[in-house]
Amino acid sequence: MKDKTDIAVEIQAAVKRYGNFTALHRISLSIRDNEFFTLLGPSGCGKTTLLRLIAGFEDVSEGQIYLFGDEIDTLPPHKRSVNTVFQNYALFPHMSVLQNVAFGLEMQGKSLSKARKRAGEMLELVQLSQYANRKPAQMSGGQQQRVALARALAPQPKVLLLDEPLSALDLKLRKAMQLELKHIQRETGITFIFVTHDQEEALTMSDRIAVMSNGALQQLGAPRDIYEQPHNMFVADFIGDTNLLEVTVEAISDGDAKCRIDDSHALICPAVETVVVGARLHLSIRPERMILTEEANANQSFKGTVVENIFIGTDITTIVKLETGSQITVRTSNSDRGSKRIIDVGHDAFVNMEVGAARLLAD
Amino acid sequence: MASGNGTTGGSSTTDVYNKARHWLLMPSWAILGTFVLAPVCVMLIYSFLTKEFRGGVIWDFSLAAYDQFFFDRGLFGDGDPTLQWTYITIFWRSIWQAGLATVLALLIGFPTAYYIATRPENTRALWVFLITIPYWVNLLIRTVSMKFLLRDEGPLNDLLMSTGLVDDPLRIINTNLAVQLGLFYSYLPFMVLPIYASVERYNFTMSEAAADLYASKWNTLRRIVLPAVKPGVVAGCILVFVPSLGAFLAPDLLGGAKNFMIGSLIEEQFKGNAGNWPFGAAASMILLTLVMSVLLIIARPQRSAGAKI
Repeated sequence: MKDKTDIAVEIQAAVKRYGNFTALHRISLSIRDNEFFTLLGPSGCGKTTLLRLIAGFEDVSEGQIYLFGDEIDTLPPHKRSVNTVFQNYALFPHMSVLQNVAFGLEMQGKSLSKARKRAGEMLELVQLSQYANRKPAQMSGGQQQRVALARALAPQPKVLLLDEPLSALDLKLRKAMQLELKHIQRETGITFIFVTHDQEEALTMSDRIAVMSNGALQQLGAPRDIYEQPHNMFVADFIGDTNLLEVTVEAISDGDAKCRIDDSHALICPAVETVVVGARLHLSIRPERMILTEEANANQSFKGTVVENIFIGTDITTIVKLETGSQITVRTSNSDRGSKRIIDVGHDAFVNMEVGAARLLAD
Repeated sequence: MASGNGTTGGSSTTDVYNKARHWLLMPSWAILGTFVLAPVCVMLIYSFLTKEFRGGVIWDFSLAAYDQFFFDRGLFGDGDPTLQWTYITIFWRSIWQAGLATVLALLIGFPTAYYIATRPENTRALWVFLITIPYWVNLLIRTVSMKFLLRDEGPLNDLLMSTGLVDDPLRIINTNLAVQLGLFYSYLPFMVLPIYASVERYNFTMSEAAADLYASKWNTLRRIVLPAVKPGVVAGCILVFVPSLGAFLAPDLLGGAKNFMIGSLIEEQFKGNAGNWPFGAAASMILLTLVMSVLLIIARPQRSAGAKI
């Protein structure tokens, strides 16, 4: 193990089984101190289960969990210095906002006056000081969310766990809270472990993302790495929009692989480690990495016919039907309209891309 | 408890609704008036009348019944009034017995209700069903069975003696304990069911949140679970305490002559020739006043708490 103080949470080969069903298959990962770490995946992928294992609401079936070097997987939740922001906030309805925030401090054995004082400071941090004496039911969803955040931060946990805390908010509020959460994380310096199924949210907020699916870790990395260098089809498909093409690897030279799409088309793209000649794999090409032209140019290009132009505000999405029969989605920034003109439906078009644009997927 | 009749005036549809509601509530008012208000009024009036020796009343105003309850004027009724402790003692004993039975029912009923409410959803109905099964049998028969179970040579003492826990049979029958057990047994479901209903509605994520915020199991129960299910607990306590206070079957059959309770006292006044209707009515009114006062004291903080949430 590396220097332990750098690692906030270390999960070693954690397995969680419910009867015959395995919810988590030997998950191992390290979450660094001061990191905004996101567990991302579709519902039922095991991300919330993993969070609950860290919080202590469920026990691991196998494996260990360490918090700054101390094994915590056998401790009950109230003996772990991690706090949770729950999906539906789970505020105590019979207590005032201030009492809610002070509760954890009180339970830690702080005097009532100290607990109240610190709770007041936390309410200031989330800008709710004037609502201290309200009951949770008298607050809006967004305000309740902030109370839940203040309550979980008040006891100064070593790690803060957030279980889809923004999913109940409307879009505008959610965007604002994303930035605020990120801001609070920087300000407090507490490690955040954030669970979400929203890939955009994950990309916006995280220092690193662990993409999960079917109870297994699919890829771990910075948002940009995950977006630009997805390891497998699941990650490529789940994060952002992409075009997936089935190809055969024809040759490998200088770290580039020549991938045959059909008799008349082939693409050069960076090879990934495990690729061998003759393998049948998938290529992922992000829609914004391609350029549409009316004439073939020097880059690698496919010929096709424009099927549809969809205006989505910031971008224009064009669906092109290739000669091979498959469809490719190309996205052009709306601001580029002057230089890269829109090709009308029914007209021929060439889809062009540079060598680095396509990404070979390992399975 | 204190919710459900929130109406807002103003619009014409609300006026129509209010008018209709007025008429639609008439049957309920009629039933309440006939079967609750009228009998209480009869009792109130009878308690101020003069007794007829063969049962019944003579229509002459008299405070004799209340006087008899509270004061002792000596054998021939011409001494100075001194406080009459006999009936007050019976009253006090009734409150004490009913209170202990309620505490016992709470101690057993709360964990039972909590257990049922935390079972898988599809099995809960079965558990509730099991709780209610004994109550399909008449209360008298159940109380007589208790008498059989608890007596000196009954199964409970047989068991205790065969396991060597006691050498001589425990004297349970005809004691206060027997009465408390009888009352507890008679009214346990009235404790379990309302608490069960509250706990079932309780959001158990709040317990997780409490544990997450360093609360021990005990603190979670005390600070989070109990306040949340308090309406059910209060309802259960009232539903056990009130009928226990006026019960006469359990004290009569299990308590023996020494452990007379107010229910038996009242019952006697209306039975046979020995009875004294005005005195029975007066004792009932005093009991009613007492119960109402207790309920008002319990219900007041409950209502304000309910209004805040």
